[in-house]
Amino acid sequence: MNLLAQQLVNGLFIGSVYGLFAVGYTLVFGVLDILNLAHAAVFTLGGLVALWLVQTAGMSIWLAFPLATLFAGLLGLLLNQVAFAPLRKRADSQFSGLISSIAMAIIFEAVAMGLFGARSVRFPQGTVSVHIWHIAGVTITSLQVGIVLVAALLMVVLTLFIQRTRIGKAIRAVAESERAAMLLGVNVNGIIASTFLISSALGGAAGILYGLYFDALAPDMGRSIELKGLAVIILGGMGSIPGAILGGLAFGLSEVLTVAITGTSNLRDAVAFTVLFAILLIRPSGLLGRGKMREA
Amino acid sequence: MLEVAGLTVSYGPIEAVREISLRVTEGTVVSLVGPNGAGKSTTLNALSGVVPAARGRILFQGRDITHLSPHQRVSQGIVQIPEGRLVLAGMTVRENLEMGAYRRPASEFKAGIAAVEARFPILAERRNALAGTLSGGEQQMLAIARGLMARPKLLLLDEPSLGLAPLLVKTIFDIVGELRSGGQTILLVEQNARQALLVSSHAYVMENGKIVLEGPAQQLMSDPAVISTYLGQALDAPASVA
Ligand SMILES: Nc1ncnc2c1ncn2[C@@H]1O[C@H](COP(=O)(O)OP(=O)(O)O)[C@@H](O)[C@H]1O
Ligand SMILES: [Mg+2]
Repeated sequence: MNLLAQQLVNGLFIGSVYGLFAVGYTLVFGVLDILNLAHAAVFTLGGLVALWLVQTAGMSIWLAFPLATLFAGLLGLLLNQVAFAPLRKRADSQFSGLISSIAMAIIFEAVAMGLFGARSVRFPQGTVSVHIWHIAGVTITSLQVGIVLVAALLMVVLTLFIQRTRIGKAIRAVAESERAAMLLGVNVNGIIASTFLISSALGGAAGILYGLYFDALAPDMGRSIELKGLAVIILGGMGSIPGAILGGLAFGLSEVLTVAITGTSNLRDAVAFTVLFAILLIRPSGLLGRGKMREA
Repeated sequence: MLEVAGLTVSYGPIEAVREISLRVTEGTVVSLVGPNGAGKSTTLNALSGVVPAARGRILFQGRDITHLSPHQRVSQGIVQIPEGRLVLAGMTVRENLEMGAYRRPASEFKAGIAAVEARFPILAERRNALAGTLSGGEQQMLAIARGLMARPKLLLLDEPSLGLAPLLVKTIFDIVGELRSGGQTILLVEQNARQALLVSSHAYVMENGKIVLEGPAQQLMSDPAVISTYLGQALDAPASVA
């Protein structure tokens, strides 16, 4: 029973990181109907840049975290400018943007490899001071609690930002109809750039938390989360922010529960994706999808 | 207030609007009528900057705005209420109105909301409803209210009566009449030419991308050629709008 409780808690931690990764992913999709397949590469670079700031520049993680998050956001602006904006007028911009974002992912990954080497690296000992609590037989570390809190805080701030602020509402307006937003006086290109900035900053932040959680960072670490992130936003309902949060938690939990029940991690990904298919059979538009389906 | 000279708009090889010139004087309602596909919406979209002008010039309050972006034109006071309304269906009525005031200072907002809710009580009632759940008529009210939230100097109204039941059509033209009495400058596009001419002081008739006829609305309404071609046979029908 304790093992199960422990796994549920672990699922919450990793699920919050998946959720944070996925909200950024789904934000761009919601606004542009385009999948930014370089999101996972931004995630990786966010983590590696934070590591560099801590290890080489000697910064505290409390300073390195916001700086690396900002850096990831700037990568988002670059992505928009290079991979998406030039294609926006094309009729096939969804497909061509997808391809050019894959190209950017390859470039980012190569840059990461060149700068940080191919090996797995880790944050230096003592980057965060870790307390360990044993509560009713469940072990929780202050690092894990910190990760959940930071991820939750960022997701709550994003949700409030999108719901309440002037720019947040403009982002939703552009997501609904670019033409309507334009006629209302929204600078659509500016809003799209802001969306990439926010999305990539969140992706980078997720990369830092992921690196801290698993105590390992590598230039190809984005691969492990790329497909999961896609699964999470499909599960949550494409473009839905609360859906991505919920989907992230559901995915994290189903992963760890598989390990707890089968006693091995071999089936972890297989079962998690099976759960995805099962949910989509029942709710084809995802957990919180708007139910807008293609007519047969 | 608005002066358009030799405006041409093309979609690829097709010239949807060809060398048109028109003028809207401050405080008047001018209508642009003509059959489906004549290029009326394209003209308004060129004025809003949503489609580029291939040739020609657009002067607004004496300034050349031909190359301004759409949001800059909204800031200048050119506001379009588009054909098909384009309400933001997934946002609430209130949020739609907020988006209408996107280019206005926040300090005006309360008074602006109060004014449109007084004019359109249904919007106050349905403040928190998603715009997509409103009926067609209510959505048209919302689209007009949202446009007014932008405090337009020049309002571009594209087919506001399209697809509405006769009673609602009358309501919409009553609103246009009220706006005119309040001194609002309007360029009104309508297929419902008779009603449009009744609320206008001047009118342009468009066909195949060109302006084929223009003049004071009164004069066009009594021109037998106009009546037979554009106003249909109902020339004896009583005017429903004074
Ligand atoms: N986005 C577009 N792309 C290509 N052709 C268009 C587009 N919009 C309108 N047209 C064409 O331009 C012409 C004028 O259309 P429009 O301005 O909508 O006419 P109206 O508003 O008078 O009915 C039509 O022949 C129409 O098919
Ligand atoms: Mg039209």
